[in-house]
Amino acid sequence: MTALLEIRGLKAEIDGRQILNGLDLSVNKGEIHAIMGPNGAGKSTLSYVLSGKPGYEITGGEVFFNGEDLLAMGSDERAAKGLFLAFQYPLEIPGVATLTFLRTALNAQRKKRGEEELSSPDVVKRVRELAKQLSIDPEMLKRPLNVGFSGGEKKRNETLQMALLEPKLCVLDETDSGLDIDALRIVADGVNRLRAADRGMIVITHYQRLLDYIVPDVVHVLAAGRIVKTGGKELALELEATGYAQYQSEAA
Amino acid sequence: MNAEIRPASTAAEIGLADLFASVRESLPGGRDTGVIRSDAFDRFAAHGLPHSRIEAWKYTDLRRLVRDAKPLAQRPDAHARSLGREAGAVFAGVGLRRLVIVDGAFAPELSDLAGLETGVVIRATIEALGAGELPLPLDMAGSDPAAELNTAFAADGVLIAVAPGVVVERPIHLVFVTTGGAPAATFTRSRVEVGSGAVLTLVETYEGPDQSDYQVNAALQVDVADGACLDRVKITGEGAAALHIATLEASIGASATYRDFGLTTGGAVVRNQLFLKLAGEGAIANVHQASLLSGRQHADTTLVAEHAAVGSQSREVFKAVVDEEARAVFQGKITVQPGAQQTDARMMARALLLSDEAVANCKPELEIFADDVQCGHGTTTGALDDKLKFYLMARGIPAKEAEALLIQAFVGEVIDAVAREDLRDALSRTMLAWLKGRE
Repeated sequence: MTALLEIRGLKAEIDGRQILNGLDLSVNKGEIHAIMGPNGAGKSTLSYVLSGKPGYEITGGEVFFNGEDLLAMGSDERAAKGLFLAFQYPLEIPGVATLTFLRTALNAQRKKRGEEELSSPDVVKRVRELAKQLSIDPEMLKRPLNVGFSGGEKKRNETLQMALLEPKLCVLDETDSGLDIDALRIVADGVNRLRAADRGMIVITHYQRLLDYIVPDVVHVLAAGRIVKTGGKELALELEATGYAQYQSEAA
Repeated sequence: MNAEIRPASTAAEIGLADLFASVRESLPGGRDTGVIRSDAFDRFAAHGLPHSRIEAWKYTDLRRLVRDAKPLAQRPDAHARSLGREAGAVFAGVGLRRLVIVDGAFAPELSDLAGLETGVVIRATIEALGAGELPLPLDMAGSDPAAELNTAFAADGVLIAVAPGVVVERPIHLVFVTTGGAPAATFTRSRVEVGSGAVLTLVETYEGPDQSDYQVNAALQVDVADGACLDRVKITGEGAAALHIATLEASIGASATYRDFGLTTGGAVVRNQLFLKLAGEGAIANVHQASLLSGRQHADTTLVAEHAAVGSQSREVFKAVVDEEARAVFQGKITVQPGAQQTDARMMARALLLSDEAVANCKPELEIFADDVQCGHGTTTGALDDKLKFYLMARGIPAKEAEALLIQAFVGEVIDAVAREDLRDALSRTMLAWLKGRE
């Protein structure tokens, strides 16, 4: 069986600084992988490199998404193929209404996949249903994307986008940062509703707390740009108790 | 002696002098008007076309940009008039009252003059000039060379008067169209008087053929009486090789509101100059201008807002989207006269550069002679934000579409300033058509 995501020996740098140092990772459909690690280990870089953010230079290795060369695709193409990055810091875009953005994104992806574009009323209907599940005020959808949204609202909005776009692989970058416990629960419930046999997830987090709500199948420790340890969900609890110090010295 | 040293006249200046000599006798107006025209031309000729050492024209050197003078446009023939019928299509279906000006001549037979609201008078400029009932000088523009040329040559246009207290529901659309044939020059003069407490929305569009390097010099005088309200929307959508110079003078009375929205997408060389005088206590002026430029277009918006009364308020927002080798210019000057206390004025200029060769020149100025005022200005110039573009692309939106969305958002802020939804929609369509042209 082809892995959903197969990363082999991935090396990447930004501004001449090497961040990823030969990273290997394989994620199958239906699996949730947690990636934990100290600050500066390369967690966010991994998420950005996977989604094709400009500025990162790939200096080695390869990445296959459903057997296709991911690194050869533009960011928009990766999204259309089913890769979704939930941003740690969702951006504010003044002047672009949230609903317009959602409709444009959904239809751009459908068009790219050769599917029929959805009418505005159909998109509105689907968005409203999802907004209700995520306790998002429908009025918020008329406002410019993320402008003036609280941290929790932004993360809920990311989750809404993810649910609407129905990706094959979700990469959640520090989704718990800036969330109080109630917001965390709402977001985690949203994510859990998306768990499916044909969908994989990578949950990137510094803290174990999020994994109480989104329970992973596999936990990896990322340090100095490589996966240095892999285990079951109990590894997260272990890390919570011991911290990352041992891995930092190991990686160095 | 204090003689100004200036280089030999350019071909265009010599051509303008020859043109004036040959047409002055045939221009409309009596003997007094003729003297006003000659004086205006003499003042123009003394300095010639403005160039980069003239501060108000610093970035728009007409000596360099205008190669020759064109003959005056002929009165429109049947073919030209048929083109007039199709012009102004961007507002088709909006139900505006169309007044069509073909090759600089008001064409009543193409215009919608039926069922005029009581208290609204519409007249051809040429008729008022013939009757000696239109004072030609453009006072606010002072000795501006483009304004002097307009005074010297202006032959026709439209005069609109709205009686005090009359609320005109149906906007008036001045449809200016230049038709084909040999490239020619048109000089139009129009005037809009909105009586005290009256309300009017005025739309102006300019268009012409892409293959002709015709020249348009249009002047509009606006008088917004006490408590009146005038909304003006102007689309400069001239042909690709055209020269377009437009002068606006607006006098705004006590507690009156003047809102001006301009969108420039067409023309090779465009100068929109606006002279506003907030003449009465509590006068309000809101000016929003946007330019969408590509190729080697050059578009200059120059604004002078003079606060001459207590408690007047003005907002000026200018946005430019500049692609390829185009250049956008914004000069904005706010002056506060002595005694114009409690003036509240804010000016903002923002340019979005879409290519490495695109240029934006912004020059904001404040000149304040009162001590209890709030005035501010700001200017930013930059490229599209790569982080925002990445965010949109990471959701599956292709690069060009992501750029278009960000540009729409950037320009949308000024379009939103237009009060009427039907006009906003038409302006958005114009913007989208421009964006489509980038694909």
